[in-house]
Amino acid sequence: MSFTEKAVIMNEDEMTRAIKRMAHEILEASGGIQDLVLLGVQRRGVPLAGLLRDAIKAVEGGEVPMGSIDITFYRDDLSKVGPTPRVATTEMPFDVTDKVVILVDDVLYTGRTVRAALDVIMDWGRPRAIQLAVLVDRGHRELPIRPDYVGKNVPTSQKEVIKVKVRGFDDTMEVVVGEVGER
Amino acid sequence: MSLQRKDVLGLEDMSAEEILLVLDIASRFRAVFDRPVRSVPIMRGRTVVNFFHEPSTRTRISFELAEKRLSADIVNFSVATSSFSKGETLRDTAENLAAMKIDMLVVRHGSSGAAQYLSRVLACPVINAGDGCHEHPTQGLLDIMTMHQRLGDMRGKKVTIIGDIAHSRVARSNIWGLNKLGAEVTVCGPPTMVPGNIARMGVTVEYDLKKAVAQADVLNVLRIQLERGAGGDFPSNREYHRMYGITEDVVRGLKPEAFVMHPGPMNRNVEISSEVADGPRQVILDQVANGVAVRMALIYLLSGGDPGALASGEAA
Repeated sequence: MSFTEKAVIMNEDEMTRAIKRMAHEILEASGGIQDLVLLGVQRRGVPLAGLLRDAIKAVEGGEVPMGSIDITFYRDDLSKVGPTPRVATTEMPFDVTDKVVILVDDVLYTGRTVRAALDVIMDWGRPRAIQLAVLVDRGHRELPIRPDYVGKNVPTSQKEVIKVKVRGFDDTMEVVVGEVGER
Repeated sequence: MSLQRKDVLGLEDMSAEEILLVLDIASRFRAVFDRPVRSVPIMRGRTVVNFFHEPSTRTRISFELAEKRLSADIVNFSVATSSFSKGETLRDTAENLAAMKIDMLVVRHGSSGAAQYLSRVLACPVINAGDGCHEHPTQGLLDIMTMHQRLGDMRGKKVTIIGDIAHSRVARSNIWGLNKLGAEVTVCGPPTMVPGNIARMGVTVEYDLKKAVAQADVLNVLRIQLERGAGGDFPSNREYHRMYGITEDVVRGLKPEAFVMHPGPMNRNVEISSEVADGPRQVILDQVANGVAVRMALIYLLSGGDPGALASGEAA
């Protein structure tokens, strides 16, 4: 399997502007930061949640509590999985009960990761609401799940692959679209 | 790196990498115990059969808890309630299980090699929950996890296993696993309970308890297995306690940071005194908690558990 890069669809400036806009939208919808918490989906949702927290702080002044979610033990495809176990941690340093949770991930595709993440959150408590923020929505949903805040809508074919690079995890900030070929 | 194997029958044939992988995944599962909901749904719809052909409380409950916390469906059968009392052979039982399409078998048996035999008959993964005097790999893994949590890298760490070495599958699994991780193992017990050829497993034999504990980082105190005829190997419980029992006095001879483990169930005031068993130097209940986590990790990994999308970094 090889990855062939076709185009950069977001550069660092565009990513930063999208995150700032999403921060404003979150604040507009919630009317402030009280009761808000950010949960990043492992792995790239976590640095993205950090960027959103910083953007919210720049506007509102306060710091929104942040955690991370690992969905490994909530997947629906145990029998189809490949060879490298790499389990990250779920860190929930607060009680989510009665909070408004902003779930943050890099790419929204089939919706299965989000489905698993919702189950993780429910096992930790009962939030007042859960909203979904994604940097890229590429379509092809397999479950009735929709995002509340989107950085960029990118129509894709199912053969294409979207790669998001976020500082804190990668050494650059960009979103690229490419194709995976058998080679 | 993953568990590229169908079964876990012992630590003898497991590599250091495999052992460390199980410990790593087990530590993730331990974190689940502190949540309001202490189970995860990953094994939903899979059937695990617990086949206990020998009495067991803690191992059986620990396996059952591990399976429940993975949301597996569980069938338990033990010898008292099964057709073994009607004379069915192990092979017939196995073939019946296979015909019923189970996803995994956990087996405890009084005969060494029973788990290996079943693993050859059955296509599903088999986990050995203790076979005769051979191995008890999940106990070995939970013991090693408890040591690893406190001591970190086990290379060069000194582990002293005390007691009924001859009858102990726990000792054997500990020795195999600890040697793989580079620990230095000493065994200590009455000469009647230490097999003459045990040094061939790569351990030091020391009959003097005081000497055996002086340099140790960990004492793993074995249960005297009266049910396996260990009672004939020493004159009386009181004499055993006086010679090889882990008492406050013995603990005072330990290095300050060394700690005491026991696989349970304890014969209080035989192999371990109540003061030590309830004292500040033991980590026995931590072993119990790690036992559930280690069993969850093994069941998960043998089920093909692996976060593929996480590893490649692609969001699905």
